[in-house]
Amino acid sequence: MQGVKLPVTVKCEINVLLIAVTVLGLLTRLYGIHIPASVVFDEVYYGQFVSLYMKRVFFIDESGPPLGHMILALGGYLGDFDGNFVWNRIGAEYTSNVPVWTLRLIPALCGSLCVPLGYLLVVELGYSHFTALGASLLLLMENSLIVQSRFMLLDSVLIFFLLLAVVSYLRFHKAPKSSLWKWLWLFLSGTSCAFAVGVKYMGLFTYLLLLGLAAVHTWHVIGDKTLCNGKVLVQVVVRFLVLVVMPALLYLGFFYVHLILLYRSGPHDQMMSSAFQASLEGGLSRITQGQPLEVAFGSQVTLRSASSKPLPCWLHSHKANYPIRYENGRGSSHQQQVTCYPFKDVNNWWIIKDPSRQSLVVSSPPRPVRHGDIIQLLHGMTSRFLNTHDVAAPMSPHSQEVTGYIDFNVSMPAQNLWRVDITNRESDRDVWKTILSEVQLIHVNTSAVLKLSGASLPDWGFRQLEVVGDKIYKGYQQSGVWNVEEHRYGKSHEQKERELELKSPTHDDISRNLTFMAKFIELQWKMLTVRNEESEHKYSSLPLEWITMDTNIAYWLHPSNNAQIHLIGNSVTWTLANLALFIYVLLFLTYLLRRRRKIEDIPEACWEQLVLAGVVCSGGWVVNYLPFFLMEKTLFLYHYLPALTFQILQIPVVVEHLYTHVLRSPSQHKAFGGVILAALCSVYFCYRIFSPLTYGQPELTSEELAALRWRDSWDILFRKR
Amino acid sequence: MEGRCGEGSHTQSPSCAAVRSRKPCMDTGKHREKASSKKTEPRRATRPSSSDTRGLNGTSTEKRLRYSDCDYTPLCPLLSVAALSLCTRFYRITEPPHVCWDETHFGKMGSYYINRTFFFDVHPPLGKMLIGLAGYLTGYDGTFPFIKPGDKYEHHNYWGMRGFCAVLGSCLPPFAFLVVLELSHSTPAALITASLLIFDTGYITLSQYILLDPILMFFIMGAVLSMVKFNHQRLRPFSWSWWLWLLLTGVNLSGSLGVKFVGLFNILLVGINTAWDLWRLLGDLHLSLVDFMKHLIARMFGLIMLPLFLYTTIFAVHFVILNRSGPGDGFFSSAFQSRLIGNNLHNATMPEYLAYGSIITLKNLRIAGGYLHSHWHLYPEGVGAHQQQVTAYLHKDYNNLWLVKRPNSDDFTWNPELIRHGDIIRLEHKETTRNLHSHLHEAPLTKKHLQVTGYGINGTGDPNDLWQVEVCGGKKGDPVKVLRSKVRLLHRSTGCVLYSSGKTLPKWGWEQVEVTCSPYLKETPNSQWNIEDHVNPKLPNISLHVLKPSFLEILLESHIVMIRGNSGLKPKDNEINSKPWHWPINYQGLRFSGVNETEYRVYLLGNPVIWWLNLFSLGLFVVMVSLCCVALQRGAKLGGTKKAHCQVLMEGGGLLFLGWLLHYLPFYTMGRILYYHHYFPAMLFSSMLTGLTLDTFLQNADLLFSPAVSKYILRGGQIVLLVGILHSFYLFHPLSYGMNGPLAHDPTSSMAGLRWLDSWEF
Repeated sequence: MQGVKLPVTVKCEINVLLIAVTVLGLLTRLYGIHIPASVVFDEVYYGQFVSLYMKRVFFIDESGPPLGHMILALGGYLGDFDGNFVWNRIGAEYTSNVPVWTLRLIPALCGSLCVPLGYLLVVELGYSHFTALGASLLLLMENSLIVQSRFMLLDSVLIFFLLLAVVSYLRFHKAPKSSLWKWLWLFLSGTSCAFAVGVKYMGLFTYLLLLGLAAVHTWHVIGDKTLCNGKVLVQVVVRFLVLVVMPALLYLGFFYVHLILLYRSGPHDQMMSSAFQASLEGGLSRITQGQPLEVAFGSQVTLRSASSKPLPCWLHSHKANYPIRYENGRGSSHQQQVTCYPFKDVNNWWIIKDPSRQSLVVSSPPRPVRHGDIIQLLHGMTSRFLNTHDVAAPMSPHSQEVTGYIDFNVSMPAQNLWRVDITNRESDRDVWKTILSEVQLIHVNTSAVLKLSGASLPDWGFRQLEVVGDKIYKGYQQSGVWNVEEHRYGKSHEQKERELELKSPTHDDISRNLTFMAKFIELQWKMLTVRNEESEHKYSSLPLEWITMDTNIAYWLHPSNNAQIHLIGNSVTWTLANLALFIYVLLFLTYLLRRRRKIEDIPEACWEQLVLAGVVCSGGWVVNYLPFFLMEKTLFLYHYLPALTFQILQIPVVVEHLYTHVLRSPSQHKAFGGVILAALCSVYFCYRIFSPLTYGQPELTSEELAALRWRDSWDILFRKR
Repeated sequence: MEGRCGEGSHTQSPSCAAVRSRKPCMDTGKHREKASSKKTEPRRATRPSSSDTRGLNGTSTEKRLRYSDCDYTPLCPLLSVAALSLCTRFYRITEPPHVCWDETHFGKMGSYYINRTFFFDVHPPLGKMLIGLAGYLTGYDGTFPFIKPGDKYEHHNYWGMRGFCAVLGSCLPPFAFLVVLELSHSTPAALITASLLIFDTGYITLSQYILLDPILMFFIMGAVLSMVKFNHQRLRPFSWSWWLWLLLTGVNLSGSLGVKFVGLFNILLVGINTAWDLWRLLGDLHLSLVDFMKHLIARMFGLIMLPLFLYTTIFAVHFVILNRSGPGDGFFSSAFQSRLIGNNLHNATMPEYLAYGSIITLKNLRIAGGYLHSHWHLYPEGVGAHQQQVTAYLHKDYNNLWLVKRPNSDDFTWNPELIRHGDIIRLEHKETTRNLHSHLHEAPLTKKHLQVTGYGINGTGDPNDLWQVEVCGGKKGDPVKVLRSKVRLLHRSTGCVLYSSGKTLPKWGWEQVEVTCSPYLKETPNSQWNIEDHVNPKLPNISLHVLKPSFLEILLESHIVMIRGNSGLKPKDNEINSKPWHWPINYQGLRFSGVNETEYRVYLLGNPVIWWLNLFSLGLFVVMVSLCCVALQRGAKLGGTKKAHCQVLMEGGGLLFLGWLLHYLPFYTMGRILYYHHYFPAMLFSSMLTGLTLDTFLQNADLLFSPAVSKYILRGGQIVLLVGILHSFYLFHPLSYGMNGPLAHDPTSSMAGLRWLDSWEF
């Protein structure tokens, strides 16, 4: 009974300031978020994914990992959104089934919580509560953060997790040695890092900064000679596990949930491999379920190209021949065209025939086709053999023409033997499997490889994609790899029966399951490599324009009057933040050089505090801003907001330092206090002045709008009456 | 000399022990190590394979005095390295007697220097100037056209240029030898490095042709060597050898930057090293601030002012030599072109003021802005209106000609009337008779701007063809001066201004530059044009003196043109693009000459054994250096030799590793097209690091084995390395010295069985 102290008491300390700024944050962010009840800017983009989540339809979005979309979809789930809304136009009115309020609630909550987090961050950096209050007030009255929080957008969620990660890491770092709480803070930090990266790839920058900071701290632990080797090892391993391994696992976890939630096929199926599609309900599996696994002689198959550039397509032929002469005067064999066709069609069916036998049906037991076997491919509807020969292909003259062979009696013999080369085989006698096997078809006479050239044929080829035989084919190219997508064992001996058979759908049921890791790797790879055509957007901007806020984004305009919402920041705060950064760099360099000469202007502890604050605030700005100069994608002002948040936190830090260490006389203190007050007031006025553009109400007259156009480069919309 | 230096280090140590300053002490400690290692050198000279036994033989002062560490280099190995590298580089240098790969560019540009014809290239001029000079001195007359790879040289004297490059290429192994020797104080390490470079087929191939790379790498290695030597002089600041190496570093830096912009990475490396050095000096409280400033100023002079001066001198020479009009004219402004003999602007005569009925070309004032251009092709569907394209084009072309017309009539019969500020005109494209036109459609790339098209037939269009002429800084009624006035064209109906965005159109636009109509009316060079050619038969031609640009303006202009050109080298769609990650694993080489079995083939590919050894050593280095760091950080007690090895790894190895990173990683961020040979500068650092790492690794075998066994391991390791390198060179030497007959898949080929990766094309 000695361990228990009676009576059990709970001490409760409440920081009223913190509560106050939280409430203010909630007020500014949540005030009237259901207005306007129409699609605002990028909601049109994220909304479609929310709808797809509600309908459990698979999609792929190359802009970021799925966690962000999932968090937004949670809002939809809470509001019982059924996903029925057409997200096609900014400004479209929401129908009554769209729970606007709940959809916007989560980003707004995250945005509000950034305000107290800013407070805590400054406190954790070792600065006073006054300073922390200043930091949270600046964040509170930052119009751009407010705008970005109030709609169904991801940046406020990202900033929330970034700040949370940093705050909890600093808590961990400052906590007394080896208490349970200490490790919980580290755990929280690792988790929020993973969440930040999971919301947007951009979170990676801050995560790396945090890892760098943690590495330096760990290095000090390693250098601590009072600890024994075992303890050091434990410390290092735990930090590594929590900050590196766990976030990686969590990241996988997001994809796991994503794939569990989205089990239905949808519009983006075609970007994925057949095996992936087969794992989705109602997608390819509708057609492919229950197909025989092993391709045998006599099988009827469709062959899909592994390359989905420019489009996914199937090997195709039809009753039309290559023109005798092309437009440029070159001649062709005038045999039947073989193309790649991006739609399902009965002409995509081919029959695999054993060259040594006449039979076109599968014997029983079926004789499977193995790696290295020689086959002929017979086109199901026209009964022409797949053939290639030393004639230049129509669009790619350095490659061979591929035809359905027609004998014109012009001493052009049939060359229709193909060797099956399974590229992803495990052994050299592997059987050709439906969907799973990736196959190259190598022409026996010329050793050319059947491949998609990437060009499309002109009108005479119905603009379908060109298929050629490539003799100088090297290594592994997706364009030369095919897989069997639809497959059935042929039963009919007669051509007429066979045509009927080809037109009937295949079915039975067994499902083919990919492992989660295989799906994850494919999905992640597609997300990183698929690039939509980048073009400039009307409101896109360059990183250099962000510092001075030379650009804005019009988010929404009332359909009939002048009420509008813009992403415009608080000019005063932005200027102060730039100034603070500049002063910080000056201070830092001065101290650094003078310390090197052993001239200590400030005590050691104070210097370390200043450095840490600089690493977090200036470092946070640097890592979240500079990488954009190297990016080639379309950039917008909102990409700057995470950097801006860290930069704003620099202001109170510099102010406190100037106040306590640089300005020494009481009169200077008084004057500086006045300056601070004046600055805060002007921040408030600037916030008030621009709040009509932030909240979209009240409506302003054209003159008032013109007065708000502080920079010529801002696009503010005027409605002509 | 020797005595003085030995004394220096001798007298330094008691004084620094007295003040307990850490850095200088460590330096003298290193000195002692070095000195004692040198002591064993004479023995090693007689027995080259003998191991490095430094550290074992105490630190007796008299011996340290006898063998100074300053300028001592083992001459015999150095000379054999130099001789071997000359032999390997000059063997069959005249083969093949036709143009190989990029010789077609650089040989041609060398000829341009001999012929004094102006051209444009994305690289700075020094490399090509040196090639030209080498050709000139060896009797090449500049008449060979270098049209395409495979052209036979016949009687033309090409060996001089190749030989010049080979000489510079042969300097790399000796330089690397000296650098590694300086950093590790171990002759075996230096020999390993040198043999890696001598017997690498990639370096041999790259050194045997008329290319910029041997010249570039010569300067890079020169700079690194001078820098390392300079670091070594830190105990004797402001001595003549200190100044010599400082200035040599500067000279080599300007040389490497003068050949290719890759030299910037080299400057970065030297810059970081210098900053680190200055930081150390600043922390040395015995050094007064005045002395520190001296150091700072000396370095600023040697490493910034001097290279800058030399670099500008290179350009000055370039512009003085090339004074005749040539293929590069159109990239430059009208003022620049007027300098060139033979250009139509050189001492030009044309009507002075613009008038109705004139035929003109309009040049954008943005640097390398191009001429207003149009052609028969239309904008594709989905890109604004389906009308004729209007672009900006850098080359001189008849499609750049425009006819100036009155707003309402095509009649030119009356006397010519001058166009004045504020007048309204139409511009008819001479070749296609369409009018310059704009309307409320988005421009193809710059979506904030409006599209500009060619519209109408035979000069009849609509009111959207009207443009108002505005002379910058002019007032109503001012005439428009040809060449000298900056003109803006304001679109009448939408109020926007004719603008060249500088963005390259996709394939449908023939990769020409986008022209738009900008609603933002700020005066920028993008929206200003000048009239360059001007033909009006009704007006008298007057000799015009264009304001000649100053040298600094020319310098700036040519740099911007070069940078634009560089970033404009985008990979084509169907071309197989080499990725940076391909390079260290030797994934794919480059065809220098020949494809088929019947041709004489040379294939640029590193010796795979050497390259994979380098890759392995990079990993080994990282592991070893981390172990060192952790051991030191944990305060482990290390013996004298081990401590010295740690220091070699961390300082010498660290420098080389940094060099490798700086010459390699930036390529990941580059959007331009990349080639395999871009990796070779980084590979130099990697090879040097390999020598240093492997030698240290072998010497530390005694951590695991008994001293006797580890001695065998050390020797055995060195022999295995040497034999491996020689044997692989024997196997792969046909890559550099030429292959004939069947390709590698044929068992009778000389390369049969050697195509270890499918991606190699031989």
